[in-house]
Amino acid sequence: MPKTLAEKILSRVASRDAKAGDLVIAPVSRVMVHDSVIDAVIAGLRDLGKERVWDTTKVAVFVDHAAPAPTPVVADSHRVLREWVRTQGIATFYDAGEGVCHQIMVEEGYCEPGTVIVGSDSHSNSYGAVGAFGAGMGATDVAVALALGRTWLRVPESIKVTFTGRPRKGVTMKDAIMRVVREIGTDGARYACVEFHGAGSLPQGDRITLAGMTTEMGAKAGIVVATPEAPDWLFPDRSATYAKEVTVDLSTLEPQIAVPPRVDQVVDVSAAVGQPVDVVFLGSCTNGRLVDMRQAAAVLRGRRISPQVRLEVVPSSRRQFEDAMADGTLLALSAAGAVIGSSGCGPCLGRTGGVLAGQEICLSTANRNYRGRMGSPDASIFIGSPYVAAVAALTGVIDDPRPYLEATDDEFDELVARRRSERAGRGAASVRSGDRARELMVSAARVGVAAEIDD
Amino acid sequence: MARAWVFGDDLDTDQIVPGRYAPFMVGQDKFHTYAFCDARPGFAKEVRPGDVLVGGENFGCGSSREYAVAALKKHGIGGIVAKSFARIFFRNCINLGIPVLESVEALAVVHDGDEVTLDLGAGLLRGLAGNARLRPLAPFAQEILAAGGVVAYLREHGDFPPVT
Repeated sequence: MPKTLAEKILSRVASRDAKAGDLVIAPVSRVMVHDSVIDAVIAGLRDLGKERVWDTTKVAVFVDHAAPAPTPVVADSHRVLREWVRTQGIATFYDAGEGVCHQIMVEEGYCEPGTVIVGSDSHSNSYGAVGAFGAGMGATDVAVALALGRTWLRVPESIKVTFTGRPRKGVTMKDAIMRVVREIGTDGARYACVEFHGAGSLPQGDRITLAGMTTEMGAKAGIVVATPEAPDWLFPDRSATYAKEVTVDLSTLEPQIAVPPRVDQVVDVSAAVGQPVDVVFLGSCTNGRLVDMRQAAAVLRGRRISPQVRLEVVPSSRRQFEDAMADGTLLALSAAGAVIGSSGCGPCLGRTGGVLAGQEICLSTANRNYRGRMGSPDASIFIGSPYVAAVAALTGVIDDPRPYLEATDDEFDELVARRRSERAGRGAASVRSGDRARELMVSAARVGVAAEIDD
Repeated sequence: MARAWVFGDDLDTDQIVPGRYAPFMVGQDKFHTYAFCDARPGFAKEVRPGDVLVGGENFGCGSSREYAVAALKKHGIGGIVAKSFARIFFRNCINLGIPVLESVEALAVVHDGDEVTLDLGAGLLRGLAGNARLRPLAPFAQEILAAGGVVAYLREHGDFPPVT
């Protein structure tokens, strides 16, 4: 019988002919655990009567969700986690500041294509960026996987998403996946695997953006077909059966905005133009990579963000952080007025970094805009691409980034001035610290390496 | 008799326990006191053991945080009946031993505050205005629930229930 990618992977790992709807017991190639749930995972293992994990070489542990520790309670939890890692003898341990678990899992090669990986985080779907069946689970499921090296799964039906054409300048794969979420809805892929066609040759980062956000449609997994990492056998059969098929033409795609408090309440940017924002967050496993920071820097380099807006940039891993430092991108963003946070989940989930106050409005490049997600339940979160984020930081309102990318310097300044003048009085204008030497460094960075690799 | 707490579609785990009140933010002994603190202030004080949550589509969507379910467990929630459940939330409930049952009829016959009886044997949620039929759970999930959760099941049997 022809198989989807999910059916192929689960048949292979469970050593049986598995089809959608079957229940399988699947060996896992790795288990990912992070700080947010470690207490419950340790308690689960203890309750199971297991002192040791099944294989210390197949466990990866991260401190990223509230890192560095913002409170004494969290600090204590991190201490317990470190002691557990040491006594278990787990070498694959990334402490605070190394980055978001998903970014490191993919970029450091911990995700073996064609295998099942259980993660303690809902965005573990991200591992589908390199062809792995990554599934997010709760603490007890993770404890069971750590104890047995196996998990139970219902073989999911699959939804086929096909991308055609190439996006225009200023439109990104973030916009593409938000267009898909708009189409499918927050529960349209419930229990299903989203299979991406026409995305295999995209950069790895774009593939993480796609696979990770399948979580926002309720998917069990999201897997990109035909990636460079995939072994020969890892492809869906041509006549496989899909529960649904969606095609997105990238060449006509507009920048997309998710309107609070739903991630599937998505509109073309034209419908959100002029929406004031107070805070802009650039980061997360969805959009915290070098390319995302470069896109923002392409808009902000040599300029200052709106004095009434705070911009927080959190690279998704130390590798991304250092690459962005080395090519001048972070300097350009800092000089523009950004706060640069240490690598990790940052304010995406409202635990560290700049949490939101009531009535505040945020434009975030992350993946969720539920009520209370980034702090106060009375804050509002819009979601968009790094280009949209940069323009929002600059003008204080949501706007279509494309005209800014095409404009001459004079036209650009005019666009910014007009948007700023239209924005109602909110917040207070901050003076930027820093001296003329900094300005000189910015102009140096402007003509340096980073300027040549915009986009 | 138990009280029904009725919610709508797409109730996410940030509504059940906001991330800022995670156990590792506020302590293992306190996080459940923040259950529904934004979405339904007063819930944590008024809820009684055995009460039933009733919801629409995609109940429990969002983060994988098991402590959302653990908070409900600490309050002694007797079961959750919804049109459909988000997958991680569903697994977490089975694992921690809270019956989760799909029913397309429950919202039509139960209103918030009604007295209800969750009759798992008969597969019914009994309400004042009538009964809602519950979709039977897979035997695999039933066995785990019967043991009181996956930890208890594995301690007793050493492995998962058969999957055939």
